[in-house]
Amino acid sequence: MEALKARKYNRREAIAGYLFISPWIAGFLIFTLGAMIYSLAISFSHFNLATNKMRPGGLDNYRALLDDPRVAGSLKNTLFFAVLAVPLEVMLALFLAILLNRVGRGAGFFRTVYYLPKMTPAVATASVFLLLLNGNTGAINSALRSIGVEGPQWLVDPAWVRPSIVLMALWGVSGTMVIFLAALKNVPRDLYEVASLDGAGPVRQFFTITLPMISGAVFFNVIILTIAAFQVFDQAYLLFWRDQTNVAPESSLFYAVYLFQQAFRQFNFGFAAAMAWLLFVILLILTAIQVRIGNRFVYYEGER
Amino acid sequence: MATTAPPAAVSQAGPSTPPPEPRRPRRRWPVGQIVLTLLLIGFALLFLYPLVWLVAASLKPSGQVFDNALIPHTWRFDNYVEVWDQLPLLHWIFNSVAIAFLAAALVSVSSSVVAFGFAYFRFPGRSVLFGLVLATMMLPASVTMIPTYLIWKQTGLLGTWVPLFGANLFGSAFYIFLQRQFFLGLPRELFEAARIDGSSYWQMFWRIAMPLSIPSFIIVFLFEFQAAWNNFQGALIYLNAGSVEGFTAPLGVAYAMTKYSPTAGGQADYQYVMVASLLVTLPMLLLFSFGQRYFIEGVATQGRKG
Repeated sequence: MEALKARKYNRREAIAGYLFISPWIAGFLIFTLGAMIYSLAISFSHFNLATNKMRPGGLDNYRALLDDPRVAGSLKNTLFFAVLAVPLEVMLALFLAILLNRVGRGAGFFRTVYYLPKMTPAVATASVFLLLLNGNTGAINSALRSIGVEGPQWLVDPAWVRPSIVLMALWGVSGTMVIFLAALKNVPRDLYEVASLDGAGPVRQFFTITLPMISGAVFFNVIILTIAAFQVFDQAYLLFWRDQTNVAPESSLFYAVYLFQQAFRQFNFGFAAAMAWLLFVILLILTAIQVRIGNRFVYYEGER
Repeated sequence: MATTAPPAAVSQAGPSTPPPEPRRPRRRWPVGQIVLTLLLIGFALLFLYPLVWLVAASLKPSGQVFDNALIPHTWRFDNYVEVWDQLPLLHWIFNSVAIAFLAAALVSVSSSVVAFGFAYFRFPGRSVLFGLVLATMMLPASVTMIPTYLIWKQTGLLGTWVPLFGANLFGSAFYIFLQRQFFLGLPRELFEAARIDGSSYWQMFWRIAMPLSIPSFIIVFLFEFQAAWNNFQGALIYLNAGSVEGFTAPLGVAYAMTKYSPTAGGQADYQYVMVASLLVTLPMLLLFSFGQRYFIEGVATQGRKG
């Protein structure tokens, strides 16, 4: 019956289809579209949390964003973190994936071990790294000391608090690694055989075969990691801003942390909503740029 | 990279130790294999170190937690006894298990329903709507964080668990994508036969599609269980104002970090934080040991959709 009128929609079937997807439509209207419009409205008003009432505020919140040096500061910290973390994460993950892809025997064992940090809850990671990164007694500086290097005050020195968060991000790099590993497994073996017959060495093979063939995965990981880096919260909050009596170095104030503080500590919902929208626009632009650049070099296979 | 010495690389092959026998016909230089394995072992030690350190620290007396010894000088198993009196850990773990279970159960069923809608039925606007599903995956959570809080505030459900899993009733983009992929792989004749036998659409979904999709259903369930278990920011927003007993495990550990913080008064009892951290981590390691292939498969699929 469906075959007979393949081009026209069967009414009963269409209705059933809408019913099946209706939970998502409802969720989209409330928690995505509704929420975004709501947050846009809040960002243009003075919001009173006690009464849930909005008073028109025009551009006041956005003006306040510009006047608050901590907004620009936290954005700068976040950008610094992203610029440092994303390339390092991609390179380490790709390097590990290549190792795992080459080793053959024992790959499963190593993959399991490498994946364990990814299973560790952020709080546990934070409570351990808080001690490992301690400038005086921490294991990381002890290790550095044993090879004659005096390590930095990771958690105190303003110049080193951001790299310390990067270090924690690198510890959990295995998710990215698994995506690369899956992509590497899809590269046809014969390409390498042809290349080595042509006398291409391993480095050339990497740049002429491997990298182009997995460019889709590189592209995907860069975009996802960038979005994640701009929202980094748990580790920074747990290490530096959890204890409100503590004086945290300003360079550890990431955008998402400041947004959280403005919303849920100061209850400046209008200001925080404006911050959220600014972040959204920045990420949209960044992703658009990445997609543009990506389209230039990403190789897509014929079939998906 | 050059250091991994694939086929065409250096041939200073001193036959040092018996090389692992090559499985493929491709030639492998033993030196390359040895360097490769050593590198992998080195990274394995780096990745394992913090976890081993955590286990060791959780077994040390108060004064030695910071000494970095991987084998405690003084073993103190009593930490594991006392911690239950020090912190309401049992409450936290119970709360976390319940919330993670509800979150995972809700989202895996609702996402399956929606995914079946997209996979099986033909209706106007289907591809546009599915494109919208995929687009929401890119939406940063911080953008909707504040209005979502206000929505829950207006429903009067603040202070309950509902905000931590309520939105899962409506499916979640990545899981819908995952389940749809699986449903698309099922032969359509299966459903047509059921139609002829007079099954309703719901029966086709519930009796045929669901049982067959168990493998990808498990991926969704495990992923969401882990995400909900680890959810720190959500708990901080929605539960922090309540009683300490009402915390989830991650929020509880954060609370313990402040309570026993070394800066909060000299050499505090940080070993309890270590025990609590380990107890929050163990269920996840257990989950991974049972469902490893599902986790790996799920993550790999994430990359493939790009």
